[in-house]
Amino acid sequence: MGTILEMRGITKMFPGVKALDNVNLSVREGEIHALIGENGAGKSTLMKVLSGVYPHGSYEGEIRFRGQEQSFRSIADSERLGIIIIHQELALVPLLSITENLFLGNEQANRGVIDWSAATVRARELLSLVGLHDPPETLITDIGVGKQQLVEIAKALSKEVKLLILDEPTASLNESDSDALLGLLLEFKARGISSILISHKLNEISKVADRVTILRDGTTVETLDCHEAPISQDRIIKGMVGRELSDRYPRRDTVPGEVLFEVKGWCADHPAHPGRAVVKDVNLTVRRGEVVGIAGLMGAGRTEFAMSLFGRSYGRNIRGRAFLGGREIDVSTIRRAMESGLAYATEDRKQYGLVLDNDIRHNVTLANLAGVAKRGVIDHESEIQVAEDFRRRLRIRCSGIFQEAVNLSGGNQQKVVLSKWLFADPQVLILDEPTRGIDVGAKYEIYTIINQLVAEGRGVVLISSEMPELLGVADRIYVMNQGAMVAEMPAAEASQEKIMRAIMMSGETLQ
Amino acid sequence: MSVEVNLPVRPQRESTGRFLKNHMRDYGMLLSLIAIVLFFQYMTDGTLLQPLNLTNLVLQNSYIVIMALGMLLVIVAGHIDLSVGSIVAFVGALAAILMVRFHVDFVSTTILCLLAGGAIGAVQGFWVAYLRIPSFIVTLAGMLVFRGLCLILLAGQSVGPFPVEFQRLSSGFIPDVFGPGKFHLTSLLLCGLVAFGLVAMNLATRMRRQRFNIEQEPLPLFIVKNLGLAAVLVYVGQLMASYKGLPNVLIIMSLLIALYGFVTRNTVVGRRIYALGGNEKAAKLSGIDTRRLSFYTFVNMGVLAALAGLIFAARLNTATPKAGVSFELDVIAACFIGGASATGGVGRVTGAVIGAFIMGVMNNGMSILGIGIDWQQVIKGMVLLAAVTIDVYNKNKA
Repeated sequence: MGTILEMRGITKMFPGVKALDNVNLSVREGEIHALIGENGAGKSTLMKVLSGVYPHGSYEGEIRFRGQEQSFRSIADSERLGIIIIHQELALVPLLSITENLFLGNEQANRGVIDWSAATVRARELLSLVGLHDPPETLITDIGVGKQQLVEIAKALSKEVKLLILDEPTASLNESDSDALLGLLLEFKARGISSILISHKLNEISKVADRVTILRDGTTVETLDCHEAPISQDRIIKGMVGRELSDRYPRRDTVPGEVLFEVKGWCADHPAHPGRAVVKDVNLTVRRGEVVGIAGLMGAGRTEFAMSLFGRSYGRNIRGRAFLGGREIDVSTIRRAMESGLAYATEDRKQYGLVLDNDIRHNVTLANLAGVAKRGVIDHESEIQVAEDFRRRLRIRCSGIFQEAVNLSGGNQQKVVLSKWLFADPQVLILDEPTRGIDVGAKYEIYTIINQLVAEGRGVVLISSEMPELLGVADRIYVMNQGAMVAEMPAAEASQEKIMRAIMMSGETLQ
Repeated sequence: MSVEVNLPVRPQRESTGRFLKNHMRDYGMLLSLIAIVLFFQYMTDGTLLQPLNLTNLVLQNSYIVIMALGMLLVIVAGHIDLSVGSIVAFVGALAAILMVRFHVDFVSTTILCLLAGGAIGAVQGFWVAYLRIPSFIVTLAGMLVFRGLCLILLAGQSVGPFPVEFQRLSSGFIPDVFGPGKFHLTSLLLCGLVAFGLVAMNLATRMRRQRFNIEQEPLPLFIVKNLGLAAVLVYVGQLMASYKGLPNVLIIMSLLIALYGFVTRNTVVGRRIYALGGNEKAAKLSGIDTRRLSFYTFVNMGVLAALAGLIFAARLNTATPKAGVSFELDVIAACFIGGASATGGVGRVTGAVIGAFIMGVMNNGMSILGIGIDWQQVIKGMVLLAAVTIDVYNKNKA
């Protein structure tokens, strides 16, 4: 078997971060190659380099496809050679039909006039290849996620695919849909189409993959051949997480006190699909001066839990009780949750955290304007002093507090979001992925702020997909999977292997 | 991935030139208005700023300015209101029916009409804020509905004239406490007093900021700006005093401008409207009741449109089915010329007022020059486009 793809020495820098460091990946013709690694290990970045999202020249290293060196400048370049990537978030237009989506950008047209009968015939062919038997004129919005996934694959087939890249294709599929999809990959393999499968689900990988490449912190750890010897999940997990914890976390000397915050029996349904439980009977306690971590893979329901708790800002049919200092509190609206002493700093700074057009000052005081106002009239001088104070305390690097938030780096934007919630003076602060996408130095500063918060006797709930961060910062760790808390352990006894195992085991029992 | 921008933290050295450059967007519109005034003053051989014409200019534009205040809040909140022209007509008709047909006194009529405007705003606001129907559609429907209701009320005819007290709302002038004379001394003194008050307020703010060591505009600029402000006010006062004095409607308008300027800059409600328009989700997650806020911006717009309708009807001394046609476009244009952003979150009261006067001065100036209504529209359209283009360009560059 020859090699269809050879990526050698790929290095990709982002400002302040080395996302990929000398990564090698080689895919043989007609094999299913699994690519695995933790969130943020660099899988998606590597695939973006391969497909030309990051154009040639923005990275170092060499890509050889079918023996020839390539320098893709755009996705169109890589697609022309038959490299097709199917993203986690599907790129389909919901209100167009299957046929229209299949040929979007590649319309079956003659001088700009679409030949619908030819398109329909061709669509039927393609759909039968992927085993989808819905009429081609069905709207995308009317079919389930599993079938949408198949439409994406059929679309790839319409472009004469040589190498198919699937980014966590089964993340949102149920078991039978997943099996069907994996079966399809095996069929393609028989026809000589190679695939790269990015997945967190190790059982799937052991089912279909020929070889596995493990990425960690932007470097290739190893490539394992599944045919030489059966690979145990432990072996893969060790490869994914095996790294040492250095001094990336500031020391904290405070000891947690009495129970401060308690959630009992928290449930929430999906906002668009009533009856589909997204948060299932979650119990959680936070002590005074304690950092409680919530671990889990993407889509585990952590953000959904936090947002449904914070004034029902997510989901519907929300049930459960919340207590602060032993007294039941009302968290039914955001206003009431805030007044009860809760705060939630979002994982999506730009969409949900900041008013980007406004300056630092206005963003800092937004959640607590009463703190700088008298009878509804804002005292500008005291507002400026508050913002100045936070700029200094949190070391927000900026040209001044009048700088617009949109011009700040990710780390400094995050500090503005934190300032906003610190100024609201909550008892319990939920931080959702507070260090996502920011560089190591800024991360350290965020951890220091967390330490200050708990030193003041507050409670912090830290949602993070980076396990080392949880192990380094939290006192106690909950593990969440598929909407439920599946494990709880003191950080001192926790390890990445243990967390991963808790997720994997629960995944098998829950299914 | 975001780009790391580590700008120096220390304050930059004060320099008038650089300050002006950084704040060009703030001063640009004012300078444009001054330039346009000087241009037409020259082209019309001084007719533009003659006391009579200046007074007319104010009377003609007062209702646009008043509605622009409400529209600015609506636009900053991320919405639009196309129905204001029809509300003007409807409220004018309502006032006419009440006063002319049912002989209701003018105070009760005014109150009833303002309440009606608020109710109209509340209905539209409910649809926009709570039923989540895009404001463009809701107010487009409102535009048709209230134009139609106006026609029904008036049965297609003009109704008038109004009682004299009511006409004074628009065509009256403030009384001269020094007794009737050729020169209206009270008006001049009032303008002088306001000028003095404004300069004193600016100075107090500046000194307070200095005490807190907050960066602000350089001293020479501050002096020039305040002297200019005072001079313009006194000059306008002197001009108007040599005619009939200050019109009542100018007093109403000035008070409203001051009120809305204060609300947008200094109050919690004002700040929240900007946050709502800037990023509704973030505002909501910061504990702001965004729906209620949107709702009240429309109620407020309705009340101001009703007030404009009363003033307009009083000025014409009759209610006609054609009243207020295309006013919504002038009002919206005033806000955009004044630097408001079509996507919400950005805009100032002073900008909207300046925008309204830019439109007003151009209307007036071109009419004096004898330019037909056809070319006036073309020129106004191009000015709107140019103003917004320059603004967007400046913003992207900054």
